[in-house]
Amino acid sequence: MTAPEGSLLSAEGLCKAYGSTMALDGASFSIHPGEVVAVMGPSGSGKSTLLHCLAGIVPPDSGTILYQGRELSAMNDAQRSALRRSEFGFVFQFGQLVPELTCVENVALPLRLNGARRKEAERTALTWMERLEVDDLAKKRPGEVSGGQGQRVAVARSLVTGPRVVFADEPTGALDSLNGERVMELLTDAARTTNAAVVLVTHEARVAAYSDREIVVRDGKSRDMERAV
Amino acid sequence: MSIGHTLLGLLESGPRHGYDLKRAFDEKFGHDRPLHYGQVYSTMSRLLKNGLVVVDGVETGGGPERKRYAITDAGITDVQRWLATPEKPEPYLQSTLYTKVVLALLTHRDAADVLDAQRSEHLRSMRMLTDRKRKGDLADQLICDHALFHLEADLRWLELTAARLDKLRETVAP
Repeated sequence: MTAPEGSLLSAEGLCKAYGSTMALDGASFSIHPGEVVAVMGPSGSGKSTLLHCLAGIVPPDSGTILYQGRELSAMNDAQRSALRRSEFGFVFQFGQLVPELTCVENVALPLRLNGARRKEAERTALTWMERLEVDDLAKKRPGEVSGGQGQRVAVARSLVTGPRVVFADEPTGALDSLNGERVMELLTDAARTTNAAVVLVTHEARVAAYSDREIVVRDGKSRDMERAV
Repeated sequence: MSIGHTLLGLLESGPRHGYDLKRAFDEKFGHDRPLHYGQVYSTMSRLLKNGLVVVDGVETGGGPERKRYAITDAGITDVQRWLATPEKPEPYLQSTLYTKVVLALLTHRDAADVLDAQRSEHLRSMRMLTDRKRKGDLADQLICDHALFHLEADLRWLELTAARLDKLRETVAP
């Protein structure tokens, strides 16, 4: 497989089965730097499995995934893990902050895992927290902040290493619409400023409206609506 | 809703008289707005003039003569084009979308394609509104939000319909 021209991350012919259930059945995908692509589709259509495969969390049964021209399946676990820590960022719907750490320690965590010193990591973390308008929560623990605030902290953490790709799986699913929209504004603004690509799994049209284009996943097959129409 | 395209679609399963067409239309799409005979005959004469249908036979009995209409290849292409073209998002779109989905099922086309194309068109509008909202003042935001909520309602209906396509197929095209 050759990657579509200029694409940062692309996949072709992805298949993944869980037991007798085909979660992905020949799905394709591509994203360019700075682009926000919404992955839409009904529950159980394979959206999250596609995201997990693209992020190297789950290996597909067949098909190829290219990140900057390198095949993910050709990497060993340590290489994939290093890639996830330094080049990818993640935001999920629930339970992603470590409850024992303060918010700034949570945001600084990916930098610490990459070997940064505590002070330096927390200084960088704080600049991201300012950008996400949650710097005043630095010393609080996740249990002491609201859902919307916690999600902004999680977005700050996903961006702190300067990732090339941010994977966001229903990032506003647990928020009311005002908080959800603010999180989307801040996430997409930050990603565009840093030229990071965002793979955004959502079933909400108002959230998908923050993307540049959408692909639809149904029965494990993907459809790129830009090319379809 | 395009009555012409709907009648054409109903002819795809085989030739019918004007009266049969009206009955099929009313039964499937005209629950609260049945067609007038005049609408059927004026629509059929327009389709005839445009080469989208032909008269397949004429029955003469005691009463007025009854024409039987058949769809042409150009007519089938016209239905296909109509189904594949998404509607401009606007209020009260549902009856047209519903008609397109049912007609796609009746004519054994992929109804999910109709819904996918429409979702894409709606999202295009929603992206423009979202962008305007981001750059605008509070008044802009409130005006855009109103439009966004309406489009979102359309899309929620669309997703629900997409999830029920198999059931709908069993009902309308067993």
